[in-house]
Amino acid sequence: MEIFINLIIIIIMPFLFIGMINRTKALWAGKRGVPLFQFLYDFIKLLKKGQVISNTTSFVFQMMSVIYLASVIFACSLIPMVNHRAFFSFPGDFILFAYILGLGKFFTVISAMDTGSSFEGMGANREATFSIFVEPVFFVIISSFALITRNITFISIFTSLDNHGWIIMLIKFLTAAAFFEMILVEGSRVPVDDPNTHLELTMIHEVMILDNSGPDLAFIQYGTGLKMTAFSILIANILIPKNINILYSILSITGILLVIAVMIGLTESLIARYKLSRVPQFLFFMSSLSLIIFSLILFFIKGISL
Amino acid sequence: MKWLLSRNNKPIDINDIPVMDIEKLREQALSKCTNNKRVTGFFGIKEKACVKLYIVLADDENSNLLIASAIFKKEKSYQSFTKDNISFHIFEREFFENFGIMPIEHPWLKPVRYSFNRFNKSDKLEKYPFFQSDNKEIHEVGVGPVHAGIIEPGHFRFLCHGETILNMEIQLGYQHRGVEKLFLADNENINNKIYLAESIAGDTVIGHATAFVNAVEALKGIEIKKEAFLIRSIALEIERAAIHIGDLSALANDIAYLTANAAYQAIRTNLINTLLTICGSRFGRGLIRVGGSNFGITKELIHEIKQKLDKIQKDVELTSEEFFSSPSVLARLENTGIVKFEDAKTIGMVGPAARASGLSVDIRADHPSGIYTKFAFHKITLKTMDAFARAYIRYIEIIQSLRIIRDNLDELTQSAVMVKPYAPVKKNSLVVSMIEGWRGEIVHVAVTDNKKRMTHYKIKDPSFNNWTGLELAVKNNEISDFPLCNKSFNLSYCGFDL
Repeated sequence: MEIFINLIIIIIMPFLFIGMINRTKALWAGKRGVPLFQFLYDFIKLLKKGQVISNTTSFVFQMMSVIYLASVIFACSLIPMVNHRAFFSFPGDFILFAYILGLGKFFTVISAMDTGSSFEGMGANREATFSIFVEPVFFVIISSFALITRNITFISIFTSLDNHGWIIMLIKFLTAAAFFEMILVEGSRVPVDDPNTHLELTMIHEVMILDNSGPDLAFIQYGTGLKMTAFSILIANILIPKNINILYSILSITGILLVIAVMIGLTESLIARYKLSRVPQFLFFMSSLSLIIFSLILFFIKGISL
Repeated sequence: MKWLLSRNNKPIDINDIPVMDIEKLREQALSKCTNNKRVTGFFGIKEKACVKLYIVLADDENSNLLIASAIFKKEKSYQSFTKDNISFHIFEREFFENFGIMPIEHPWLKPVRYSFNRFNKSDKLEKYPFFQSDNKEIHEVGVGPVHAGIIEPGHFRFLCHGETILNMEIQLGYQHRGVEKLFLADNENINNKIYLAESIAGDTVIGHATAFVNAVEALKGIEIKKEAFLIRSIALEIERAAIHIGDLSALANDIAYLTANAAYQAIRTNLINTLLTICGSRFGRGLIRVGGSNFGITKELIHEIKQKLDKIQKDVELTSEEFFSSPSVLARLENTGIVKFEDAKTIGMVGPAARASGLSVDIRADHPSGIYTKFAFHKITLKTMDAFARAYIRYIEIIQSLRIIRDNLDELTQSAVMVKPYAPVKKNSLVVSMIEGWRGEIVHVAVTDNKKRMTHYKIKDPSFNNWTGLELAVKNNEISDFPLCNKSFNLSYCGFDL
């Protein structure tokens, strides 16, 4: 039962999450803003629409949205909720988590190339380049945790992270910071990418899906929202103490998700987008965080031997 | 032969303009251009079987205009001016497109706008000869003419190496409406052409309308009231400040800086709505007419506008302080899209874009007309030559414009603002009317024949000079910075296409 609740919560959460980001931005700009669940209405509207498929594309283009969404949902089914088991849970599940997301990304990239558009080619190029920086960060952090806790499943890593004193608190904080940046990169948010821009020459993620329409577009947009939610729930898992019951864990996860959404909204309001050539510097910040976490563990946690 | 000396808005007898041999004209024009004169007019008029080429050079130091002409009878070519002075390049291209008279050794003889009356009708928009490269490492990106945003149509062709732009070429002409010819059609009441003048470029209604009425009033010999001059200047400066604020908002949007985008947008609406309270149109349509102004400004309105201006100034200063000190904004703007001073001078840029590159050109100071002759106008230039300079100069000009509006409002009295505009135009005359629109130097030239009809109308929007500046600005920049560079110029497509 619990595992279904877990999955259902993850699946409905993106609508609230994206709505909260947009509401924060609107309020900051002094506007009333669109309804909180506008993303849901758009999603439903897009599902009802027909779609246009370019003559130059092949089956790859048509498969992409389904594979992308499926991969993200599958990845979400691997995420535990505080002390409640994920839908799937087995030793090494975090490796599957990273690479199933990678599979989805791979398909968005080749589908963008499939259209033969010069914009989408550039977008694919940028997306692939920036992804290179994300993957090692995730692995360095999660394997550092695996190293402390001597566990290799998500749930056991998270549950045994408690009760390790101030150094673990620091590590948790740094991890949350690194994952927050990962949300900005994976979700194509400011300052890495601008989800609202209409300028096809500057886009990264948006430009790759310029040719997608109707249900395809709905799937991709929802998939991206889901991905951001998934990383946010990872942050929540790291920060929330584990000895609470299911009701409290749902509430606390929702709370942390909303806080993260507001933070993303504020980031987008207060920071201009970085120059594209400077984005890797921003990504290196995330890499350095992961290395700091790793070295903290090596130097300060007793009884760790490689 | 000496060139005819004239001034802004001074009608001259067309027979007084010296007619030279083209070789001599070329030689003298080029030598004058090396001596701090710059070209503001270079256009042909068809006269029976031959074509008469007029050249107008601006002497900014002495507020003079130098005019001379040459006649092409059977000659189908001449030595191009451009090979010795690049600022002639776009003028010569336009001349060639319209009359088929070949400038020999012109380095970049490409179509300008495919005007309806072009010489070679087989030259079509889809056959534009783009600059290309055979190098396999270089990829081409074509943007437009249909764009994702609500902007005008124009095609940009990039040659890129990875993310770096090696070359960009701009192809325009999609908006050609034949405006210059429309000015001559149905010539009964020239005053009615104001509607056309207001529609040359939708964002420069006041600028083009003022240039037009100045030209017509000069041809008709109408002396208008000081109040009308004041109101025209108020409208011109409101337009300048409002569009500049809107540009800053758009710049903030392009770099995804939400705070300034929303704030500037709100301020811009506030300011442009003052034009609404004056004349009933946010863009000032219907305000400026030959003979003065359609609307006066009442005492209560003056008071109201002044209060509004105080608030706007406070808001602009607050937002700009935030915008121009935010590190992430500066990181995007600084060192992006540099147009060097020498380049700006060489290609003959005008307006705020030129001033941001350190070129001191401003018609309000160099060739003042109307109320600008009554006070000393301070020209602003910046030194950094990048997108930051082009954004920051807008901020300074907004503040400057707000001050001019306030000063003008103080001088405004409640007397009549209109005089009778029905005098006939002078015969055989030519008048050059220049005005500093928000984008830069607007030049209108009107020519009449011996039957007191207008026979030629020439328009030069500042975009005509500045598009080349954009081409230079994006060179060796990242392709993702192109929209930012483009917005920092914010040039007109329809003003260029006419």
